[in-house]
Amino acid sequence: MNATALEKFQAAFPDATCKVVLDSVVIDVQPDKLESTLAGLKNDPAFNCGLLLDVTGIDYKDYPKTTETRFYVVYTVRNWQDNLLVQVRTPVVDPEKGIPTATHLFDSALWGEREVWDQYGINFQNHPDLRRILNHYQFEGHPLRKDYDIRKGQVCIGNDSLEKEIRARLANNGVAESTMKDINTEIMFLNLGPSHPATHGAIRILTALDGETIMANINEIGYLHRGFEKTSENLTYNQIIPLTDRLNYCSSMMNNIAYVKAVESWLGIEITERAQFMRVVLSEFYRVLDHLVCIAANMVDMGGLTNYWYLYNEKETAYDFISRLTGARLTSSFTRIGGMYRDFYEGWESDLELQLRDIEKGIGDSIKLVLKNRIVHDRTKDVCVLSAEDALSYGFTGPTLRASGVPFDLRKDAPYYNYESFDFEIPVGSKGDIYDRIMIRFEEMFQSIRIIRQAMKFIPEGSVFIEDSQVVLPPKADVYNNIEGLANHFKLIFEGVKTPAGEWYDSFEAANGELGFHFVSDGSGRPYKLKVRPPCFYIMGGFHKMVEGNMIADAVINLGSINIIGGELDR
Amino acid sequence: MALGLEAKLGDNVMTSTLDYIVNWGRENSLWPFVYGTACCAIEFMSTAASLHDISRYGAEVVRFSPRQADLLLVCGTVSYKQAPILKRIYEQMPEPKWVIAIGACASSGGIYDNYCTVQGIDTIIPVDVYISGCPPRPEAILDGLMKIQNQIKGETVLEDRHKDFKGILD
Repeated sequence: MNATALEKFQAAFPDATCKVVLDSVVIDVQPDKLESTLAGLKNDPAFNCGLLLDVTGIDYKDYPKTTETRFYVVYTVRNWQDNLLVQVRTPVVDPEKGIPTATHLFDSALWGEREVWDQYGINFQNHPDLRRILNHYQFEGHPLRKDYDIRKGQVCIGNDSLEKEIRARLANNGVAESTMKDINTEIMFLNLGPSHPATHGAIRILTALDGETIMANINEIGYLHRGFEKTSENLTYNQIIPLTDRLNYCSSMMNNIAYVKAVESWLGIEITERAQFMRVVLSEFYRVLDHLVCIAANMVDMGGLTNYWYLYNEKETAYDFISRLTGARLTSSFTRIGGMYRDFYEGWESDLELQLRDIEKGIGDSIKLVLKNRIVHDRTKDVCVLSAEDALSYGFTGPTLRASGVPFDLRKDAPYYNYESFDFEIPVGSKGDIYDRIMIRFEEMFQSIRIIRQAMKFIPEGSVFIEDSQVVLPPKADVYNNIEGLANHFKLIFEGVKTPAGEWYDSFEAANGELGFHFVSDGSGRPYKLKVRPPCFYIMGGFHKMVEGNMIADAVINLGSINIIGGELDR
Repeated sequence: MALGLEAKLGDNVMTSTLDYIVNWGRENSLWPFVYGTACCAIEFMSTAASLHDISRYGAEVVRFSPRQADLLLVCGTVSYKQAPILKRIYEQMPEPKWVIAIGACASSGGIYDNYCTVQGIDTIIPVDVYISGCPPRPEAILDGLMKIQNQIKGETVLEDRHKDFKGILD
C-alpha cells in the first residue's frame, strides 16, 4: 500500500484517521460517520469495496493500553478487482444503545452483526433480525466479553421454534397471511435438521413449503459452536495450530497454513523458499481432498452412490499417504510459526505422483458418470441460481462465488507464496447454479494438481525453518546440551512466540473461499483476541437466497454443493 | 431340498439359552444411527467406506431414523445447544440400545473445555463404550464396535439397562 493510496482515503474521509497496517487500510471513524464511510467505500468508484468480508467486535477491558471506549466494532471490506482491503473501526460508547447497522449496504452484515451481538452484546440499531446465532436461545451474557468466565457453561433445554422468524420471512417474500390459510395453498413448515442425513453435520434448515416448493427459508446454525475464539485467547500462538485443524476438518492443513501465514505476516517473517513451496504443494493437495469429499457427498445426495466410492476411496488412500508425512490422518497440525514441522520424507515425491495419478483416475471415472448424465443435468442446471450481485452482497468467496461468475481468487488477485509464478487457471461459472458449483470444483482439482506438479518440479533444497531463536524452537541437541538452547526452548513453550502489540488481518484462499484471521495482540505470547473469518459462515448466510422458489429436494443438493463444514461454520 | 445347515440338521432339535440366541442376533446385526457433528464423522465415513468396511461386523445398515436403530454413534463435539437434540434422539430409539462415544470430544469434551461444549456426552445420556482419539482412526472405531459386541454377549434380556440414569437435562 503506497502513500498516495492513503492520501486518497484521507481526502475522501476527512473526519476519519486512516493508517496502513500490512496490506490493508484501517480507518477510524466515529459511530455517526460509520454509515457514510461504509457507503462511500461501497459506492465510490474510486474504492468500489463491494465485498463485506467480516464484522467483529473487540473488548478492550483488559488491554494494557487504554482506549477511548471499552468496545470497538470492526468492518472488513474488500475491493476484489483492485486488491484493496479496508478495515473500518468504530468505538462503541454504550453497547446497549449500539451503533447503526450496515445491513442496508451489505447483506453479509445480517449474520456478521448478529454474531457480534451474540458474542459481545453490542447492539446494532435498525438491524432487522438481531438475535443469537452461535449460542443457544436460552444463553445469558456474552461469552467473548473479557469478564465472561470461559468455563461457565449454560444448559439449554428445548429448541427455539423460530415460528416468528419464518412467518416474517414469508411476509417478506409476499406470501400474505390469507394465502397461508387458503385450503389450496396451505403452507407446511418442514425442518431439515439439526440432525438429518442431508445436512452433513448439524444445521437446521427450516422451510415453509407450498407443495414441494420452498416459499421461505431460514437457517439456524451454531450447533457446533466450540468456542474456538475464546479458547484461543488462553493459548500461545503455536498451541492454537491444533485448534485450526478442526475448523474445516476436510482440509485441515490449509487452516494450519492460513493461520501461521497470518501470524508470520505480522512478525514480518519471510519463511524459507522450501517451506513456501511445501505450503503450496500441501495446500493444493488439501484443496483437492476437500473438493473430493464435497463432490462425493453431493453426488450421494443426488442418488449417485458409485461416484462416492470412486471419489471417497481416493481420499481414503490419501489419508494414509498424509499420515506417512504428518502422523495423523485428518488433523495434521503440520505447520509451525516460521516454517513446517518437518521436511518431506524420503520418497515423498514418487508417493505423491502415484497418489495424484490415482486421484486423477478417480476424478476421471466420476466425471464420466456425471458429464453426460441426464439426471445430473436435470437436477442441477438452472437450479438454485445465485446472481453475482447477490453473491457479493452476501459475502461469498471461493468456488461458490466464482460459480456465479466473479473471478475472484486470492491466489491470483493478492498472490502469496509465489502463486503469481505458477501456471494455472481460475475456472469461472456462467450461471451460478448447482451445476456450475460442482463443475468448478472438478476443474479446480485438475488445476490444483497442475500447481502441485509445477511446485514439485521447482522446489528448492534447503531448510524448512527460518533461523530465529525468538520464533522457532531450537534443535533438540541444543536443548539438551547447552543452557541457551534450553532457555529458548523453555521461553517459547511457556510464553509463546511474542508478537508486537497491534491489530491486523490476513487472509488465505482456502478450499471454501477467503479464510481470514483478525488478531489483536497485546504484545504477549497469546493473542488478546483472535477472530476467524470463515468462508462457510457467510455462504450459509445467503442460503435462503438460493433455495427460495426451488423444490425441497433441490435445497438438499444445494447444501451439498456449497460445502458447509460445521467446524468452520460455527467455530 | 435344503442345502445349508438345515440339510445337515434335518429334523433335530437344538437347545440353547434364550439370552444366547437373542444376544447372538443382536450383536451381529447392530443398526447404527450416526449422530455425526464434526471431524469424527469424517472418520466414520472412512470406517464405512470400502477399505475398512463396517459391514464385516454386520453393522453397515446405517439408519437415519432413531426409531430403526439400536446403536447410537456420537461422532464429534456436542455443544449445549445440541444437547437436547441428542437426548431426544436417544429417547426415540427403542430398547435395547447401546451408545458409543467416538472421539475425545464426545467422551470428555476433548480440547474444548469452555462455555459452549458439553464435557462428555455421559452427562446427558448413558454411554457404553468410549473411543479415544482426536479423531480416532477407523480401526479404533471398529475396535469400539467389537467391544459393544462383546458386551452384548454378556447381557440378559431380563434386565433393564440404565433405568436409573439421570443426566444434566433430566
